[in-house]
Amino acid sequence: MDMKRDYYEDIEVFSSGTVLFWSIALFAFLFTLPLYLPTYNIYLFNIILVHVILAVGLNILVGYTGQISLGHAGFFAIGAYGTALLMTYLGVPFLVAIIAAGLIAAFFGFIIGLPALRLEGPYLAIATLGFGLTIMHIIGRWDIFGGRMGIQAPPLDIGIPQWGLSVLLDSDVKMYYLILVIAIIMVIGARNMMKTRTGRAFVAIRDDDIAAEVMGVNLLAFKTLSFAVSAFYAGVAGGLFGFVLGFFDPFTFNLILSIIFLVMVVVGGLGSVLGAVMGATLITYLQYDLLKNVDEIPFLGEALVWISRKFFTVIGLENFNSIMLGLIMLGIVIFEPLGMFGIWIRIKKYWKTWPF
Amino acid sequence: MIEQLITEGLAIGACYGLFGVAVAIIYKTSDVVNFGQGEMGMISTFVAYHILTQYGLPFWLAFALTLVFAVLLGMFIEFFFLRPAKDPTVLGLLIITLGAEMLLMGLASWKWGAEQKDFTFPLSVQKLHEPIPGLVLNEWSIGVFVLTALIMVLLFLFFRYSNLGIAMRATQQNQNAAKIMGIKVERVFSFTWGLSSLIGAVAAMFFAARSVLDPNFMMEPFMRAFAAAVLGGLTSIPGVVVGGLMLGLIENFFGYVWPVWKPIVAFVVIIIILTIRPSGLFARHYVKKV
Repeated sequence: MDMKRDYYEDIEVFSSGTVLFWSIALFAFLFTLPLYLPTYNIYLFNIILVHVILAVGLNILVGYTGQISLGHAGFFAIGAYGTALLMTYLGVPFLVAIIAAGLIAAFFGFIIGLPALRLEGPYLAIATLGFGLTIMHIIGRWDIFGGRMGIQAPPLDIGIPQWGLSVLLDSDVKMYYLILVIAIIMVIGARNMMKTRTGRAFVAIRDDDIAAEVMGVNLLAFKTLSFAVSAFYAGVAGGLFGFVLGFFDPFTFNLILSIIFLVMVVVGGLGSVLGAVMGATLITYLQYDLLKNVDEIPFLGEALVWISRKFFTVIGLENFNSIMLGLIMLGIVIFEPLGMFGIWIRIKKYWKTWPF
Repeated sequence: MIEQLITEGLAIGACYGLFGVAVAIIYKTSDVVNFGQGEMGMISTFVAYHILTQYGLPFWLAFALTLVFAVLLGMFIEFFFLRPAKDPTVLGLLIITLGAEMLLMGLASWKWGAEQKDFTFPLSVQKLHEPIPGLVLNEWSIGVFVLTALIMVLLFLFFRYSNLGIAMRATQQNQNAAKIMGIKVERVFSFTWGLSSLIGAVAAMFFAARSVLDPNFMMEPFMRAFAAAVLGGLTSIPGVVVGGLMLGLIENFFGYVWPVWKPIVAFVVIIIILTIRPSGLFARHYVKKV
């Protein structure tokens, strides 16, 4: 569609002036967002941005490298617990703690990447799933992690309090700006990475790992690197998520969360940073806002309450979001395997040659 | 004490094996790993519970009706969720089965609520028998052993001698060649899902008799059964049962020595087995060729 005339055009982060303009417009809109929205919605936006970071990272693994992970809630948990514990017990400054927690998650990603060299498809899904559940159980049993009761995130101070440079972020709005800046850096970072040798090696592995190996892509290095990078994104996202929630326990990071993460990437569109962002936004909005209070939606809510009373139980209606999620998963694979990004491409193509 | 651990481990292991067979049958025939298997069993058990409490039918009738429901459920999922997908990737299949899982779990929680229920099962864990002097077994274990043995023999005969069983094996080896030979591949898949759902429902009812009945109760047994299937090799049905027995023993002994970490034994076994011998202990390893 877009003609590339030389190599430098191919590796540009913003592929055209139009894209750059709209990206800057979007950033400007996001930075002024707290002016238009009430506080509750800022909380939702914080969660969305955290999930955007995670989905972009997971997309590097699933969409670009073609591996499967059902254990990202595990990396997410490592990030959340790592950041909170480093800050609480060792008094590490926030920025160091979150990067350290991301690196710990990346290390575990590297470890999980090793068996991935021999596993593919469903076996890999099972191995990562086992990893995620193991992490959840270990955190739930050890007292240092707060056990089943969960732990409280420390106050979010992005300065260095020991040196008297205290910058305390004590409201959702202040936290929003921090998360937004980190999210923008990480999303652009991911997009940039896909234009480098590393990113192209990932894509080569996805398309055919044997051919990639023959062409000189080191499978050991790049598959484990992909897992590590993806886990790093999940770790950083998890660190931020801990502060957004304020209080968390091991069961926050259950198997369903891993499934939701995978759904974000698939619904958004595999192998596209924009798709991951869209998927994370849509699924988070549905799961954390719209479907959470399904009985308050006009008309549909009343109809559902009536159906519940007649055939099901009203108390069980809160599980409707699980049903919707299932239907979205089934629908996206059956009707739109390319996800929202595929729809976007089709619209773009249609208007490009519009009158014809 | 040791005999107790062994018999108990073998009994629960046979149950894992039985459920693992349900997973393996689908994987063997159509290369789909059905992550919704646990929830299919769960909803079948809930149907049995509903028939028992709401209509007060005798257990054997409820059991039979549930098996009919399970077969229809399996065929329904295959027909409406898997068949319409055009050339799905491995990830696509994973998402479909996970989607079916979420859907079934949501429906069950909507219908029956999240609180735990007691599933009345005629074979109790408390009643002990001594069929051979020195060997004490509870009724539940006897039921599991007999049923697993029966299902294994029936499956063996089915795959070896019946036309449909041979058609299933042919479909597994080469779908296109099977089609050319006049095998209705779609019908074979439909039947496979029905059969697997039936076996899964039987195993799920046994699990429910041991624990409680709630919409999440099959999640852990499914993982264990899967670990068993991976341990034995997903493509070998006797291997899966042996894997289940081994996992039951490992888990019981480990749980005796170190009870806190019992829940994660299965996952550690999965990861170790997949790292060392991805195709399992009893299945042949196929290497991808260019």
